[in-house]
Amino acid sequence: MEAFFQQIADLIAQNTLNLIYLVILMIFVGIELISHVPSVLHTPLMSGANAIHGVVLIGAIIVMGNASPDDTLSLVFGTLAVFVGTLNVIGGFVVTDRMLEMFKKKPKGEKVS
Amino acid sequence: MMPYMEIGYLIGSVSFVLGLKMMGQPDSARKGNLVAAFGMAVAVIAALFFTPKGFHVISNLQYIVAAIVAGTVIGTLMAKRVQMTAMPEMVSLFNGMGGLSAALISIIEWRHLLHTSASPEAMDQAAALPIGMYIPIMAGLIIGTISFIGSIVAWGKLNGKIGDFRFPSQQIINAVVLVAILGVAYLNYGEFNATHSSLYFFITIGLAIVYGLLFVFPIGGADMPVVISLLNSFTGVAAACGGFLYQNKVMLMGGVLVGSAGTILTVVMCKAMNRSLMNVLIGMAGGNGGGSTTSSSGGSVREVQATDVAVMMKYASKVIIVPGYGLAVAQAQHVCHELENMLEAEGVDVKYAIHPVAGRMPGHMNVLLAESNVDYDKLIEMEHINPEFATTDVVLVVGANDVVNPAAKTDPTSPIYGMPILDVDQAKQIIVLKRSMKAGYAGIENELFFHPKCGMLFGDAKASLQKLVNEVKAL
Repeated sequence: MEAFFQQIADLIAQNTLNLIYLVILMIFVGIELISHVPSVLHTPLMSGANAIHGVVLIGAIIVMGNASPDDTLSLVFGTLAVFVGTLNVIGGFVVTDRMLEMFKKKPKGEKVS
Repeated sequence: MMPYMEIGYLIGSVSFVLGLKMMGQPDSARKGNLVAAFGMAVAVIAALFFTPKGFHVISNLQYIVAAIVAGTVIGTLMAKRVQMTAMPEMVSLFNGMGGLSAALISIIEWRHLLHTSASPEAMDQAAALPIGMYIPIMAGLIIGTISFIGSIVAWGKLNGKIGDFRFPSQQIINAVVLVAILGVAYLNYGEFNATHSSLYFFITIGLAIVYGLLFVFPIGGADMPVVISLLNSFTGVAAACGGFLYQNKVMLMGGVLVGSAGTILTVVMCKAMNRSLMNVLIGMAGGNGGGSTTSSSGGSVREVQATDVAVMMKYASKVIIVPGYGLAVAQAQHVCHELENMLEAEGVDVKYAIHPVAGRMPGHMNVLLAESNVDYDKLIEMEHINPEFATTDVVLVVGANDVVNPAAKTDPTSPIYGMPILDVDQAKQIIVLKRSMKAGYAGIENELFFHPKCGMLFGDAKASLQKLVNEVKAL
C-alpha cells in the first residue's frame, strides 16, 4: 500500500503533473464551450464530440507501431483497434456533417407555393 | 530538426477546441465539424510518419493502412446510408467502437507490460509494475469496455431489438459490481505475477462487461439520448487514459475535452427534461409508470376526418405544428413541409413548436425538418412558442405525445410530472395525428386526447398529412 502511494507521489512530481494541468484546463474549456449552446444543436454537437474522441485511433496506431511483427495476437488486436477507431472517427464526422448539412440557410426569396 | 510530430499534434488539439466551439453556433457548425476532422487527419498523419526524432515510417504500416482504409470505407458507407430517424442509433454504435478501441489498446499494453516486467531482472525489484502505466491501462480497459457494451445495448434498445430489463435492488447490485471491479483491479496490482494477475485481469474485463449491461438495461428508451451522451463522455475519458499512457497530448486533450463537454451536455439534456441525472440512471419513469396510469378519466375520444381538419386549417389565421417521434418514424417531414407551404400560400401563419426532447434526441426535430427545407426561423423553441398558443386557431400534433401531456403539470404522481410541456391546450382547436391510442414512450396515458377541444385523426403520420394536403388542395 505504501509503495503504491509512494509511486503516485513520484508520478505527480514528474512529467505527469504537466498532463494534470492540461486535464484541468481542458475540463474548463469543455464546460465553457458547451454551456451556452442552443438546444437545437445538441444532437450534432454530441455527434461531433463523438467523432473527436475517435482520437483514440492515435493510441491504436502507436500500439501497432510498438508491436513486434511476430506477436500475432497483438497485431490482430491492434489492427482491430485501428479499424474500429477509424470507424468512430470517419463515421462520426460524416454523420455529423449530414446532420449539419440540413441546417444550411435557404436562399431568401425562394417561396414555393 | 523541426518537431513535426509535436506540431502535428498541436494542430490537432487546437482544431478540436476550435471545431467544438464553432459547432456551438448554427452558422458555423458545419465548418466547425470540418475543422475538427481536418485536425484529426493531421494528428493521424503525425502519428503514422513522425516520431519525436523526426520522419520515421511506423512499423507494421501495411496493417495499419489496411485497417484505416477498411474503416474509412465501411464507416462512410454506414454513415451515408443511415436513415435520418436512425441517426441516434448510429451515433451510439460509433461511440461503442471508440470504447472498444480503447479497451483493445489496454489489453495489448497489458500483455506488453506483463512480458517486460516478468523478465528475471525486473522481478528482483520491489515494485516491478510501473503504476504510471498500470492505472491508465486499467482505467482505459474498464471505461472502454463499459462504454462499448453500454453503447451496444443502447443501440439495440433504440432500434427495438432489446427491451427494458429491471430487477429488484438493481442499484445495489450495480454498486457492488462497480466496487468489485475496482477491488479486483487493485488485487491485480498487488499480486503482480504472470499467472495470477492474468486471471484477475480477465475477471476485471468480465465484470466491466457485466457492469456495462446492468448500467444501460434498466434505462427506458426515452432516456437513451442522455445515456448515449454520458457514454460518449466515458469514451472520451477512456481516450484520455491513452493520453496518459503514452504521454500523448492530443489524445489527452481530445479525450478530456469530450469527457467534460459530454458530461455538461448530459446535464443540460437532463435539465431540459426537468429530471436529475441520478433519476435517469436509476431507470425511474419511462415504462414502469409508478401506478399512475390515469384511468382515462371517463372521457371519450373524438375522432375527426381529414376533410374537416383541412377546412379548419385553411380558414385559420394561425396554425402551430407540434412534431414528435411519429413524424420521424413515418418519414413525414417532406409532406409536412408541403402542407406548411400550402397553408402559407393561403395566408395562414404556420409555425413549428419544438420541444427540447421531442423525438429521441434533443434537436432531433430540427434536424429532421431542416432536411425537408423548413425555414430555420419557423422552428420555435418551447419557451418562445408557449405564450403563442393562446392566440392560435389550430394546433396540429404530429406523432408527439408525452411532450404535450398535461399530466406533467397536473398530476404529481405521474412519472413525467414536472417536465416542461408545450401548452397546446391553450389553443382553440387541437388535432392529434396518431396511429392508435397507444401510450407514448413514457408508457402513460395522455389526458389531452380526451380534452373536449381535441380531435384525433388516426393513421400513419405521413398518410394523414398527405390526406390533409390533398384536401386542402381540393378546397
